[in-house]
Amino acid sequence: MTRWIAIWGIFKKDLRAYYLKPPNISWGLIFPMAWTGMFFIRSGLGLESVIELLPGGIAISVLFGTTSMLAVTVTFEKRHRSFERLLLAPLSLEQLMLAKTSGAILFGTVNAVVPIVLASFLADLSGVAWATVVPAIILIAVVSTFLGLFIAVSVREVFEAQTFSNFLRFPMIFLCGLFFPLSSLPVFLLPLSYALPLTYGVDILRGAITGEHMLPLAANFIVLAAFCAGLFMLSLRNVRRRWLL
Amino acid sequence: MHSQRNAGTGEAAVCVRDLAKRFQDVIAVDGVDFDIGRGELFGLLGPNGAGKTTTINLLTGLAKPDRGRINIAGVDAVSNPKAAQHLIGVVPDESNLYPELSGRDNLRFCGALYGMRKRHRDARARELLSRFGLEEAAERSFSTYSKGMKRKLTIAAGIVHNPSILFLDEPTTGIDVASARQIRQLIADLYHSGTTILLTTHYIEEAERLCQRIAFIVHGKIVKLDTLEALLQPVKGQHIVQVLLSDNALPPTEELRRVFHDVTLESTGPGALRLSASSPLQIGPLVNLLERHSLQILEMRTVRLSLEDVFVDVTGIERTAMNAGQVEGGQST
Repeated sequence: MTRWIAIWGIFKKDLRAYYLKPPNISWGLIFPMAWTGMFFIRSGLGLESVIELLPGGIAISVLFGTTSMLAVTVTFEKRHRSFERLLLAPLSLEQLMLAKTSGAILFGTVNAVVPIVLASFLADLSGVAWATVVPAIILIAVVSTFLGLFIAVSVREVFEAQTFSNFLRFPMIFLCGLFFPLSSLPVFLLPLSYALPLTYGVDILRGAITGEHMLPLAANFIVLAAFCAGLFMLSLRNVRRRWLL
Repeated sequence: MHSQRNAGTGEAAVCVRDLAKRFQDVIAVDGVDFDIGRGELFGLLGPNGAGKTTTINLLTGLAKPDRGRINIAGVDAVSNPKAAQHLIGVVPDESNLYPELSGRDNLRFCGALYGMRKRHRDARARELLSRFGLEEAAERSFSTYSKGMKRKLTIAAGIVHNPSILFLDEPTTGIDVASARQIRQLIADLYHSGTTILLTTHYIEEAERLCQRIAFIVHGKIVKLDTLEALLQPVKGQHIVQVLLSDNALPPTEELRRVFHDVTLESTGPGALRLSASSPLQIGPLVNLLERHSLQILEMRTVRLSLEDVFVDVTGIERTAMNAGQVEGGQST
């Protein structure tokens, strides 16, 4: 029970202190909307393209929302030594990191609602398989958060975390099939696409929203879950090696 | 402020054996041994870079030792640091609370980290804010606090969960005199309430005023460890008189030695003389002798030897180096 009080306390504190700060609104909400809007206008197909762009809009909202948060909640606190206070608390490192990431997972999941609500005014979403979309969004939020965590614990400064994040995030927009299919990518880039977790998340969303997907949905879920576990373990290893000297 | 109320109950609250830690080429802690009795206020005194903070980090689980054993209230803190963290409170050398949160919310949050229920942590936050004189600033964000207020709240956060053992790392460094005095009083109060305290400091007077036993740490090694009384014993019966003569005049050392034959004479600078003896010095004959030689006395004063003299004698480190952290080879550890 005492551990749950601590985990809940960290979750609530992060929400209060960080989640609705201007950088998160701009990177987590405004940037994905602007980017999706740009593709919408560029497609020139009118309202019928909304359903095509929705998986990418959801994925980019979740990705940018979660990864922006971790640079603040982890790297900033480490830089200012308030993270030491958490490391001194009688919580295991796994519990501590889950507490620190749970807010970002929630933030990313809620972020996904924004493009869905906007799309509901512009397109018919009655054919969407929501039972698949919802777990996919949550899993994308988890994997993106753990990617953000991996970045956050690998650097010292907040600006480094932001730079490293962008180094990964922007190529992912093009390499993961967010706004155009992987089949349109040069063959030599495909291995890179399949090495990125968002590729599998977008494939699930595309399948659930438009009915078209490359891999079986179950396979996509398994690969995403494996990425989640791998990134979390790597992050913990980095914390143990770099922070608990 | 010093008291002999609690000399430790014999059973060690903290037991450290052969503790060592190296950061690349720098040996930060080098085979340190000490025990802290229950209810004792133990001081770790040394210049900046001596290894005090690294020792605290090793004891609290923020760093892993290369070798050695740490036992905290019966718990092996090397193999099971999380179990030990339940029992301890830590006040780091920098105020590291959350700038966005108010003073009250910082304390509530720190209480939550130790699993305290809402009603309990609300009451504890209220109590500590009152005890530390921060009630009026309770709802202000931590970022608006002065340095002294930040230190006080950081100490309050360290004891929010009522730990039986408290590690205080340089609690008065960088704050104004009035706040430092208040903090020393708070530390004394905590000690009187039965909390076991490990205090690191590079302020010699602070260690002398607060601690029962003191360890001198230099270059990661404990070079002397004893009770304050025992540390002061060699200088206890010493009587010192310092004389400053005008025009950098040379004192008549030969005649002084002849007249005051049980006195040790030392020239401490141009026109400056230091006389030390094991019995009280007679000032009258000394003044007469100097006047007979037509020497003008600018200043004459008796000096009480302190822990500083013991520290300088044992370590060879002068006070200026202590305060400036300029010990040769010292690292920020």
